[in-house]
This record gives sequence, C-alpha cells and structure tokens, in this order.
Amino acid sequence: MTDDRRGGPADAGTEQGSPARELLSAADVTRTIARIAHQIIEKVADPHGGGLGHTVLIGIPTRGTTLAARLGAAIAEFSGTTLPVGSVDATLYRDDLRRRPTRPLGATDVPDGGIDDALVVLVDDVLMSGRTVRAALDALAEHGRPRAVQLAVLVDRGHRELPIRADYVGKNVPTARDEQILVRFTEIDGVDGVSLARTIGTTGGAE
Amino acid sequence: MKHLLSVTDLDAAAATGLLDTAARLKQALLGREVRKLPTLRGRTVITMFYEDSTRTRVSFEIAGKWMSADTVNVSAKGSSVSKGESLRDTALTLSAMGADCVIVRHPASGSAHRIASWADRDQETTGTHTSVVNAGDGTHEHPTQALLDAATIRERLGGIAGRRIGIVGDVLHSRVARSNVFLLATLGAEVVVVAPPTLLPVGVAEWPCRVSSVLDAELPALDAVMMLRVQAERMHGSFFPSAREYAIGYGLSADRAALLPEHAIVMHPGPMVRGMEIAPSVADAPSAAILGQVRNGVHVRMAVLYHLLAGATS
Repeated sequence: MTDDRRGGPADAGTEQGSPARELLSAADVTRTIARIAHQIIEKVADPHGGGLGHTVLIGIPTRGTTLAARLGAAIAEFSGTTLPVGSVDATLYRDDLRRRPTRPLGATDVPDGGIDDALVVLVDDVLMSGRTVRAALDALAEHGRPRAVQLAVLVDRGHRELPIRADYVGKNVPTARDEQILVRFTEIDGVDGVSLARTIGTTGGAE
Repeated sequence: MKHLLSVTDLDAAAATGLLDTAARLKQALLGREVRKLPTLRGRTVITMFYEDSTRTRVSFEIAGKWMSADTVNVSAKGSSVSKGESLRDTALTLSAMGADCVIVRHPASGSAHRIASWADRDQETTGTHTSVVNAGDGTHEHPTQALLDAATIRERLGGIAGRRIGIVGDVLHSRVARSNVFLLATLGAEVVVVAPPTLLPVGVAEWPCRVSSVLDAELPALDAVMMLRVQAERMHGSFFPSAREYAIGYGLSADRAALLPEHAIVMHPGPMVRGMEIAPSVADAPSAAILGQVRNGVHVRMAVLYHLLAGATS
C-alpha cells in the first residue's frame, strides 16, 4: 500500500498551511513515464527474436498499479508489443502490520499466463525504505517463479532501510524524513503531478 | 475492531470494509498452489464450541491456518467443561494461555458478550488482549454467517443495496435470520421475512424488515431467497402440525423455485434438511449459491481475523 506513506491528496500540505512544492508537472509525468517505457524496451528487447520476450508489468497497489498500466500503454505505443499488466498487493506480507491500524487490502490480479519464467518488472510510484518492495517480492514469489525481477519507480526519495534499488527511476529526489512525496494520477486523483510537502504532525513520512 | 459479537456493532462502512477485505483475500489466493499467507504468524486463535458444528468451526480453523495463525480447537465434549468448569473459567483459562482470539459458539444467547466483558476486565489485570468472535450464541446472533451471506449476495448479484431478499422458515429459533436481517438492512437491502406466525419471534415488528406469511406471493419479486433450517433441537413445543405440512407451506419445492425471477439465487446457511425446507433438485440447481456460501465463509472469516488481529491493538 502506498497511500498512507505520502497521505492522500485530501490532506496534502497545501491545505494545512505548508505549501507543496511541485516536482513534476502533468507534462513532466507523461514525459517521465515515456522515458521509463523506452528504457524498459531497450533493456528487455530480445536481440534474437525481436520482440520483448516474456515480460510482465506488475504494479503495487494503489498508484503502482496505475503507473504499470500507463507504462504498458506507452510500451505498446513505442514498440508495438502489448505486455501483460497486473498487480500484486503486498499488504499481507508487510513487516509493520502490527504497528498501525488495520490496513485495507489492494487488488491482486496476476495476468493470464502467470509469471513463471517471465521477466517481471515490479512498478511502484515512490521508493523510500524498500519495505513495500520487500513485501511485494514475497507476495510475488507465491504466484510463481519469475526468471528475474526488476523494479521501476516514478520517484526515488532515498532513506533506504533494506538493500533494494530500482532498475528504472523517473526522478531522484533528495528528501528529509518528515517530508512527503505526493504522487497524483488522473485515474485516481483527477490530475497528474508530483509534489513535495512537509508533513504536519507525525503521520506519514515513513513507509 | 476489538470483538465481533453482533452485526449491530457494524455500520455500513465497517461491514463493507470486511466484505472488501474478504473479496481481496479471495482474489489474492485465487489459483495459487500454496494457500498460505504469513500475515498472522505467531498469533493464537482458539475455537471454543459448546454446540455441534461442521462448517463454522472448520472454516474458522482453515481461515486461521491459511493466514499462518496457530489454531486450537476446544469442544465442550472432551474438555474440562464436562467436569463442571464454568464458561467464565474456561474462557479465562484460554485467555490466560495467551489466546489472541477466542471464537465462541454456545447455546445461551448473549454468552459471547459475557465472555468479551470478562476478557476486557481480565485484560486490566493480566495485560493479555483477547478478541472474542461470536460464532453463534443461542437464538441471538451469528455475525460471520450474515457476513458470508452478504459476500455471496454481492458476488452473485453484483451488489446488496436495493436488492430484495427473502428469509424463509424458522425465524424464531434462527440466529442466522436475525443477523442477516440487521446486516442486510444496514447494507441497504430490502428484507422480507417469511414464516408461519408461530415461528416468528416477539418483537419482529421492530426489525428493519417486512413480515409475510405467504411464500408464493413473495417469490416472484425476490432477488435472493434464503431458506432456514427447521431447528428441531430447539423446538420444545408444537410450532406446526407436521414436517409434511411445513414442507407444503414453506418448503422450497421445484415448482415454487420456478416462481423466482431468472436471476434470483437460492441460499441456505446449512446444514440442509433436504425434502423439508428445500427440495434436493433446488439445492443442486445452478441458481443455488449454497456451496459458494461455504467457500466465501473461509474468506470472510479470514477477513474477520485480519481486522481483529493484524493491525495495532488500539
């Protein structure tokens, strides 16, 4: 789950007195997704067969799923190949469930054909501690044994707590721990954009 | 959520949250070879059954095991209950052993509430936090059954709000009926209770439902019909002349099932008495959701355990 770490749009800093600083505009988000799509095509292209091999995009709910769908559409546009897109919820595998009130579960939707022996590109909006990705890797392993797993994120904000890194990064943003990255997608929030806000109080900030 | 004792403790948002979690869990386990989640590792769930049960006890046990909780079953037969131990002492013993959750079925209405209040009081002295789940208390409530019925209706009919649902039969002795009437009404359904006047409880007029005694008149407008078991073990008087007469008036025969709209589903909380409240051909027809109810029972109970045990204790 990614909602609570940066707070929903409703409790964005703008409404609480601390103005959110825009990091990526709507046009920047589109451009960034296009760039990641090109990088994925370049990296997974099959040098012999021409296509993109058995590659599957798996988003981590909520906004990772949206990002995965956007990447899938961009890859189809640029390469002519439509990759299977799905989602795997990591909530049930988190190591911090006992520390917070009960979290709602996200959607799990493994595409037909499964992930066995596929190259899985795991997709999330913000990478911070790496704990969500760790949980997602565990969840993914329950659905099959991929040939390899790579990670694509829109924003890497640092503060890693586990030895995890992303293979594709839209934007690296140095942040303080008490700041929040607010990612918005049209499908969920009505508008595209990434901004940085200082959190008020103690919620959020950590993953 | 600390305990699950009655569906009247759930508002529409809380009930919908549980149903959403159940649906997500079902989705997450779909098509998997290994149906095991690490979520409740190290938590202990004890089922304490003072009445016979197949599906409720087994599905709670499976629900706990699929989420990696340690589940222990205690039944009245074969435990210290047969030596004369009181309900209170048995419950507090289990709590003292470190049970994170005690699932209770008992023939006395209100017993789950009693155990929950003892557990809360005990918590102050021992610091052990024990959640209590009501798995059927006398003729009072059976909340997880109502939740799994709601999950089944939502799955098969695409929603609950605005649907008309008939609950037919021995309403007087049925905790399933009571829980369903209140939960389905909370979720916006239009509930019709159909029963012979002798099998209606006092106070049914205050329930959030309509009451009817003519099944044939109601069937054509129902989206779902829920047949209740005639609870012979709780009947200590003559509520109807004979089983045959009951079946003629209130049993769901094939002819009667034909009165239902095409999209309508037939439900039964089980155990079924075939030929009494439901005809075998109706129970096995594609419109019957009865085995779907049982399947959803596991996911709904997983959802209940998740909401009670996974998060931080508040």
